[in-house]
Amino acid sequence: MLDMIKNVFVNNGLVTAFLVVGITMWVAYFISGKLTKGRIHGSAIAIVLGLVLAYIGGVVTEGTKGISDISFLSGIGFLGGSMLRDFAIVATSFGANFDEVKKAGFRGVISLFIGVILSFVVGAIFAFMFGYKDAVDIATIGAGTATYIVGPVTGAALGASSEVIAISIAAGLVKSVLVMVGTPFIARFIGLNNPMTAMVYGGLMGTTSGVAGGLAATDPKLVPYGAVTATFYTGLGCLLAPTVLFLLTDLIF
Amino acid sequence: MVIYGVAILAGCFLVGTVVGEFIGALMGVDSNVGGVGVAMLLLIIVVDRLVKSGKIAEPSLDGLSFWNQMYIPVVIAMAASQNVLGALTGGALAIIAGIAVVVISWACVPLLSGKHKEEESSYSSRALRGEADA
Repeated sequence: MLDMIKNVFVNNGLVTAFLVVGITMWVAYFISGKLTKGRIHGSAIAIVLGLVLAYIGGVVTEGTKGISDISFLSGIGFLGGSMLRDFAIVATSFGANFDEVKKAGFRGVISLFIGVILSFVVGAIFAFMFGYKDAVDIATIGAGTATYIVGPVTGAALGASSEVIAISIAAGLVKSVLVMVGTPFIARFIGLNNPMTAMVYGGLMGTTSGVAGGLAATDPKLVPYGAVTATFYTGLGCLLAPTVLFLLTDLIF
Repeated sequence: MVIYGVAILAGCFLVGTVVGEFIGALMGVDSNVGGVGVAMLLLIIVVDRLVKSGKIAEPSLDGLSFWNQMYIPVVIAMAASQNVLGALTGGALAIIAGIAVVVISWACVPLLSGKHKEEESSYSSRALRGEADA
């Protein structure tokens, strides 16, 4: 009987993954709403829960693919695998349009480039300080401090190990959570009270969930301005990190 | 039809991936390089053109909207299939690098946004603090 149920889960892996991820998100949004009163975004908590599941999977199976190493949860590996991951990431650019970019103007574009490069450099410096000497590892961690999407996309493109990719995701996650929680407190010290600064903020920080959550808690009117630039950050990061920035890293290390 | 939106997304994804493979080959890297970024920029341009010329219907956009909203669940599944156990040895790195990059970026905001006396005066309406659709 138990075997029969298990076989259904194994044979319908992707559908099982939808259920498991759905339940994970429900729990995360419940925690977000009840325990943090919405201060920490549900999606950030859900990703933490995902990382916890991956840790459990690693301990239980001693494998390298997190929870998806458990046979009846292998569909999670497919749902979170490179094909559907990249497909969904491309879809996130739906909603940004060129007119809004024009409104964001010169400073928004400049802040996007400076934001991606600054994050990459800071991440790369810390990766080097922690003993990483390989350009692929350094570039992947540098990309991860841009956002938790740019990290794995860069890591996958360059052939980084799963450990390094996990570090890059974790660094991006720390950034996202800190921006979400810290924005309302830092806002008045950095003059974050007008659309122009919000656009610069979105470009510099880049983490869409962090910026959207943080600005919503600061002043809901600023959210669209920050989101306009932040939506482009991950795309620009995915474009620059595995190409120009990796080549420069490779020249140095 | 919903499938039209999904097909546009798939087309941009595949074109971007081909371009990414091409860039990879040019760089001598045996994998896709920047394909996702190219596909995103392509999708923005294609959708913008279609919407402005009125050649795309609302249900077709729903196909894009669905996958747009599936991004967080997919990222959670991705997080759940990472080698977190192996990453824990580098846990301090992730935390320190994450904090450092945010603090340094915060410090750069006033440098880039400059002074906005005139905008501050035109943007004086105070909004609700705290409670928002986070």
